Amino acid sequence: MASVRQHSFDVLIVGGGPAGMAASSTAAAHGHKVAIVDDNPSLGGQIWRGRSFSSASKRAADKTAAAWYRKVQNAQITHLSGLRVFDSAQAGVLLAESQDGPNSQYGQWELHYRKLILATGAQERFLPFPGWTLRNVLGAGALQSMVKSGLPVAGKRIVVAGSGPLLLAVAAYMRAHGAQVVEICEQASMGQLAAFAFGLLASPERILQGMQYKLQLLGTPYRTGCWPVAAYGTQRLETVVLSDGRRTREIPCDYFACGFHLVPNVELPALLGCHLKNGFVEVDPLQQTSVPDIYCVGEPTGIGGLEQALVEGEIAGLASTGRVEQAQPLQRERKKMQSFTERLEKAFALRPELRRLPDAQTIVCRCEDVTFSQVREYASWRAVKLHTRCGMGPCQGRICGTAGEFLLGWNANSVRPPILPVRFQTMAVAPAIQEIKSQNG
Amino acid sequence: MSSSYDAIILGAGIVGAACALECARGGMRIAVVEGDVVGGGATAAGMGHIVIMDDSMAQLELTRYSQLLWAELAPELPEDTEYETTGTIWVAADQQEMEEVYRKQAVYGQQGIVTKVLDRPALRKMEPNLHPGLAGGLLVPSDAVLYPPCAARYLLEQAVRHDAVVVPKKAVRIGNGRVELNDGAILESQRIVNATGTAASDLTADLPMRKRKGHLVITDRAPGFVRHQLVELGYLRSAGSSTADSVAFNVQPRKTGQMLIGSSRQYDADHKEVDRSMLVRMLQRVQQYLPGIADLSVIRTWTGFRASTPDKLPLIGPYSDDPTIFLATGHEGLGITTSLATAKLLMNYFTGSRSAIPLEPYLPSRILLEAQHA
Repeated sequence: MASVRQHSFDVLIVGGGPAGMAASSTAAAHGHKVAIVDDNPSLGGQIWRGRSFSSASKRAADKTAAAWYRKVQNAQITHLSGLRVFDSAQAGVLLAESQDGPNSQYGQWELHYRKLILATGAQERFLPFPGWTLRNVLGAGALQSMVKSGLPVAGKRIVVAGSGPLLLAVAAYMRAHGAQVVEICEQASMGQLAAFAFGLLASPERILQGMQYKLQLLGTPYRTGCWPVAAYGTQRLETVVLSDGRRTREIPCDYFACGFHLVPNVELPALLGCHLKNGFVEVDPLQQTSVPDIYCVGEPTGIGGLEQALVEGEIAGLASTGRVEQAQPLQRERKKMQSFTERLEKAFALRPELRRLPDAQTIVCRCEDVTFSQVREYASWRAVKLHTRCGMGPCQGRICGTAGEFLLGWNANSVRPPILPVRFQTMAVAPAIQEIKSQNG
Repeated sequence: MSSSYDAIILGAGIVGAACALECARGGMRIAVVEGDVVGGGATAAGMGHIVIMDDSMAQLELTRYSQLLWAELAPELPEDTEYETTGTIWVAADQQEMEEVYRKQAVYGQQGIVTKVLDRPALRKMEPNLHPGLAGGLLVPSDAVLYPPCAARYLLEQAVRHDAVVVPKKAVRIGNGRVELNDGAILESQRIVNATGTAASDLTADLPMRKRKGHLVITDRAPGFVRHQLVELGYLRSAGSSTADSVAFNVQPRKTGQMLIGSSRQYDADHKEVDRSMLVRMLQRVQQYLPGIADLSVIRTWTGFRASTPDKLPLIGPYSDDPTIFLATGHEGLGITTSLATAKLLMNYFTGSRSAIPLEPYLPSRILLEAQHA
């Protein structure tokens, strides 16, 4: 039987990436009881986790990271690691699950909050194409995580393709781990990217970042206006086929790292009733969502990258603890960044040709083995789910739903608890909410 | 502009779809009005248990008749309907409930329904994951399961093959042979069948129906964990109660290897959000019967509303106030099972032909008259 634990905080932050770290360390500055909850054992999110940063580093980006880690360490913050938030019991109470022992021992956590800051990050967008379910065809970020946890890639031939700045970071990371990055394919056109790069002149920090990647990737072709159309192999991946719209090339490789930019993780905000606009959480200049006492920061409010995440985290940290005036200069900074976010979105906008990637037999929903021909006739996400089971598996449509939004114009934002699979025994624990109320009163 | 039909079926849930097919197959010119997803209402929230129930003799007759109709239809159902004759085991917790097993067997036997009493070892052999302390059960081998939204879609597709027309709109007003749609268009027919489930009251005033909320839970795949639909004998008590909120152990193996879990019953809970306290009660009940389920994963929970009537029987047939309006609603938790029989009874009524079972127990007048006289 799962045990239940209750904790109460002034400010609770969901997500331990840069935005969550900035929010928690800022909120904790004035003696507020602050906690950060994340399903990973360590802080840092997808971008910082598993790396070490030194403030003595010459790289400005490393210095920034080191500074935030130090801030978090020095602040009074309860770090609830390895906890998966799966539901909201009522306004002011989140439910999370932890694995407490090796043998199916699970615990339910009731996390009470006065203010909640959602820093749930983003995930890669996957688009289905023939062969994308083959072994060793992976998301770019997914391959990076696997290498971080020990997958050896030294000497392996890797093709990196899809869209977005993440491709460069992943390619550089693979190179650093001894892989042979055969080429990098960005679906966006040179024209689109050039317009974006011009805008970057205003931001030396980012140019430096770009140059570092460039140096690390010396000798690896970076092709724009190029995208994957198929992957082949009998048992596992053998070749990928890339196209520029006029001709195709077949390239042998061991791994294919493929992701199409990022989609925000908005399941928890949606479950809590936060208003979404174009798939992102709507926030006011103080990062407040449409739901009182709930703030949102980082990628769920717009794919803006690291710096915007940090500033938004700080603003929410201040606003949630009543220091609205201190947030004003940061708000001006954030406003400037917003044009970067908009340019980023334009630069990596998906080309319409990608809608023709899947053929009739291509699996769209990996959980339930649903093919493209089964889903394309339906008008709505709900109809697809009910009649084909697409999106009804353990991933709850996180992959096929976001792909379908682009491919078929579905509005795949229906959220039902639990937002991720949770043990039966955890779900079956009676809420103890009454108890804590009587203690307080 | 208006269009005229032999019958207009409002609602393409499983009941509406079945009625459309039966009438269209009988040569009638049919329009089906459905503004939402086919089988997206109570049909999508039903477990899809094709079950014989004996709350009353009329319920037993209707469920039995309809189950036979499903068995006849089964060979032509497409793969995604997931029709499977799993059988039901009514699980007895103790010796007192074993008495109920024997009573139930006798009642079913009188109707020619084959059942088998399971003692403790027999139950254990059939369902090793059930709690070893359970006393036994009654196996009803003819009970089946299916996936309701796809079954509704199939029935509607067949109706369309028989020239039924699907009108993807919402009816806003009905009466005197006219159906007014949300875009202002008018459809005309002397037979307007309100098969809109819990929404039936929006179109037809003063129906003696209440919404009864239910919760459902589905697990990740664990093929073979249970093999029959398992229902506690106390289920009938839970379903039959007209007042208190109740939960009952009710677990169904899906063809996918997942387990679909019910059931809860709540009156007058209008919001569709999952009610945590009901959910927890339901899951704890399931854990008492299937302790090993604790380690499986829950991947989704959702709710739905049943259209319930005071005597637990559906409303099938003419509605006394308006000779052009007919009802096919109020099926509570048995709409999937009894949809096919509902369609047959309605069609028999339209054609004046003899029905396989008497229609009288399900005629709306039985309750409407009572309500008017009260």
